[in-house]
Amino acid sequence: MSNPPRLSLRVPEPEFRPGTKPDFSGVNIPRAGTVRRPPVDAAPEEIRDLAYSIIRVLNRDGEAVGPWAGELSDEALQAGLKTMMKVRAYDARMQMAQRQGKTSFYMQCTGEEAIACAFQMALEPGDMNFPTYRQQGLLVASGYPLVDMMCQIYSNSRDPLKGRQLPVMYSSKAHGFFSISGNLGTQYPQAVGWAMASAIKGDTRIAAGWIGDGSTAESDFHSALVFASTYKAPVVLNIVNNQWAISTFQGIARGGSGTFAARGHGFGIPSLRVDGNDYPAVYAVAKWAIERARRNLGPTLVEYVTYRAAAHSTSDDPSAYRPKEESEAWPLGDPIERLKIHLIGKKLWSEERHTQAVAEVEAEVIAAQKEAESYGTLHTGPKASGRDMFVDVFKEMPQHLRRQRQEAGY
Amino acid sequence: MPTMTMIEAIRDAHDVMMARDDNVVVFGEDVGYFGGVFRCTRGLQQKYGRNRCFDAPINESGIVGAAIGMAAYGLRPCVEIQFADYMYPAYDQLVSEAARLRHRSANDFAAPITVRMPTGGGIFGAQTHSQSPEALFTHVSGLKTVVPSNPYDAKGLLIAAIETDDPVIFLEPKRLYNGPFDGHHERPVVPWSKHPLSEVPEGYYSLPLGVASVRRPGTALTVLAYGTMVYVAEAAAAETGIDAEIIDLRTLLPLDVDTIVASVEKTRRCVIVHEATRTSGFGAELSATVQELCFYHLEAPIVRVTGWDTPYPHAQEWAYFPGPQRLGEAFRRVMEA
Ligand SMILES: Cc1ncc(C[n+]2csc(CCOP(=O)(O)OP(=O)(O)O)c2C)c(N)n1
Ligand SMILES: [Mg+2]
Repeated sequence: MSNPPRLSLRVPEPEFRPGTKPDFSGVNIPRAGTVRRPPVDAAPEEIRDLAYSIIRVLNRDGEAVGPWAGELSDEALQAGLKTMMKVRAYDARMQMAQRQGKTSFYMQCTGEEAIACAFQMALEPGDMNFPTYRQQGLLVASGYPLVDMMCQIYSNSRDPLKGRQLPVMYSSKAHGFFSISGNLGTQYPQAVGWAMASAIKGDTRIAAGWIGDGSTAESDFHSALVFASTYKAPVVLNIVNNQWAISTFQGIARGGSGTFAARGHGFGIPSLRVDGNDYPAVYAVAKWAIERARRNLGPTLVEYVTYRAAAHSTSDDPSAYRPKEESEAWPLGDPIERLKIHLIGKKLWSEERHTQAVAEVEAEVIAAQKEAESYGTLHTGPKASGRDMFVDVFKEMPQHLRRQRQEAGY
Repeated sequence: MPTMTMIEAIRDAHDVMMARDDNVVVFGEDVGYFGGVFRCTRGLQQKYGRNRCFDAPINESGIVGAAIGMAAYGLRPCVEIQFADYMYPAYDQLVSEAARLRHRSANDFAAPITVRMPTGGGIFGAQTHSQSPEALFTHVSGLKTVVPSNPYDAKGLLIAAIETDDPVIFLEPKRLYNGPFDGHHERPVVPWSKHPLSEVPEGYYSLPLGVASVRRPGTALTVLAYGTMVYVAEAAAAETGIDAEIIDLRTLLPLDVDTIVASVEKTRRCVIVHEATRTSGFGAELSATVQELCFYHLEAPIVRVTGWDTPYPHAQEWAYFPGPQRLGEAFRRVMEA
C-alpha cells in the first residue's frame, strides 16, 4: 500500500456513564425456553452457538419453559428461594456491621445470589469449589454455619481463620470451599489441577472454578483453559459476568470476543451462556456441565450473565462511574423476585408466605450475628491472638519465627 | 503555595508530565474514567483523552509487558499496579525484561517505564493489600526503586522517575496518601495540610533519584527509614527523648551511601526500620552497607526493626506493624550497648 491509513487506538467505553440514561432495549435477550439442550456428550464444535445465546427457563410471566426446565422438585425450588433470601439477609447485616465499624471490609453479592446457590445444589459431597470473594452463596447453600462465616468477618476469637484473612476470604475444606485468595484468577488453574488429581487417582470427584468477568483477563484464566483442554480435566469453569470489575465495564476484559463463553472455543471446550438471575436455568446448566465432568467427558465453560447490583465492596461508590439507575434498568431482573413469582404461579408460595419467610430468615441471621458478636468483633471484645500470627507459616515453626514470636511478646 | 495530599501530588506529577511530553501515557486497572481506586489519576483521561490515559484489562503482566513495548517504541508509559500485592504476575516482565532490556540488547533497546504501586499496611487490608515488596525489586539489577514519604517528594520524584531513561519502580505507602502516619493508630488522622511538606510548588520540578533527605538532624544515633517509617521514627525520637538523626532514604536504588556514611560516622550508632518482613529485607542490605563502610566508627551493633516474617495479618495488624514503641525500645537498646 502506498498510502496506508493512519492508525488509531481503540479504547472500549461502556454505553452509559453517570448522567446518561441507561437503556438496554437494544440488548438481545433470547426468550426463555428457546435455546436447545444438547446431550451431555455433544462435541464442542456442535454446540458453538450456545456460547452466543442465553439459556433461560423462567419467562416474563414466571413460568418455567423449554428443554432446560423441570429439573428441580417443588421442595428444592422453595429451598432455593430461602437460601437466596438468607444470603441477601446475611449480606445486608454484614454490610451494616461494617458501616457500624464492627469490621474493616465487606463484599455483597446482591443480584447474583442464584448463581452460587443453585450451582452448589448440583454438586456432590466431596466435590471442590475454587471460589472468588463473591460466592458466599456456595457456603450458605452447603449448610456452612452462618455464625462461623460471621466470626471470619469479625476476625474474632472464634474466627476459623484466626484473624489472619480479610473479611469474606473464607475457607472450608469440609464444605468443598477452597481458601479464597485476594489475588485474582489464581484459583482457576488450581481448580483444574484439583480435578486432574481426581482423574490421576481414578476417583469420582470433580472441581468447579469461579472467576469474574474482569478477572478472565488474567493470564491464569488462560492457563486454566489450556490445562483443562489438554488433559480433559473433570472441571466446570464458571465465569460470573456481572458486567463490572470495580469501575471497569466488561468490554475491557472481553475485548473483541463476542462473549466470555466464546473464549472456550479456541481451546475446544464446550461453552455455554446462561441467565444468571434464573435459578432453575443456573441449576439445569450446572447439572449438565457437572454430569459431563463426572462422566469423564471433560471440562465445560459456563458464563453466567448477571449484574452486580451493589457496590464492588464497602470501599467503593459506583455512582462515580455508572448511572444509579443502571441496576434497575438491567433486563434480567432480580433472581429472588423471579423465583418467587414462579413459585407463586405454581401455588407453591404466596405473598404472605414470603413476608413470613423474610422475617424468619432475618431472625435467623440476627440470632447468628448476636452469637458471633459474643465472640468479639474486630475492635471490641475477645480477639484473635497475636500469637496466631506466627502459627501455620510452616507446619513446624522454624527457630527464627520462634525468636520473633518471643520478641513480639507472645 | 498550595498544600496537597500525597494523592493530589501524584496526580499533579502525572498532569505536569502529560502536558509537557506527548509521549507520556498512563494506564492501569480502573485508572481511566474513574481515576484509580486511590484516585491518583483522577481527571487525566478527561483532560488528555482516552489515547493517553485508559483502563487496562486486569492483567498485570500485560500492563507491564505492554508498557515495555510502548517504551521500546519511544513512549514514556507510567503505569499503575492497583496494589503492590498484585504485581507478582508482572514480575517476569519486570525482572527478565524491563530490567535487562538495555543490557541484553547492548543499548539497542531500553524500557524507560515507571511502574507505580501502593504499598504497606496500616489500613486493615490483610495479606493481599499490605505488602512491602521493595526488596524484590532492589535485588534485581536494572531496576531503580523509589519510595516517597510526603507530597513534596512524591511529586518531584515521580516527575524524575518518568524522565528517567531506565525502569523505575515507584512505591507509594498507601497509609500516607491522606496524611502523615506515625503508627499511633489510636489517634485521629492528621491531614497533610498541617504538615510543611504538603506545600507543593505548581508546575514542573524534579528531585534527583538517589539522594536521601535528613528529616531530623541528631547526634545520638542514625535511623535509616523510608516511607511510613519516617514518621514512626519521628514519633519514637520524640517519645524516647533520644536525639536521633532520621534519614529518609527516598530512593533505595540507587542508594545515597554518602549521606548514610556521613551520619553514622557522626552518631556511631545505627537503627534500621522497615515494614517489610525481616529476612532478606532491604534492611539487610542497609546493615551490610553500614557494616562495610562504618565498622570502625560503630559503638553498638546495628539493629533492625521490621515486620515479622509472617504474612501481613488482618486482626493482628498492630502487632505486626513496627510502631513507635518497638522502635523506641530499639533506640534504647542501641544507646545502652
Ligand atoms: C491480581 C489482582 N489484580 C488486581 C486486583 C484488584 N481487584 C480486586 S477485585 C477487582 C475487580 C474484579 O472484577 P471481576 O473479576 O469482574 O469480579 P467482580 O468483583 O465483579 O465479582 C480488582 C481489579 C486483585 N485483587 N488481584
Ligand atoms: Mg465483574
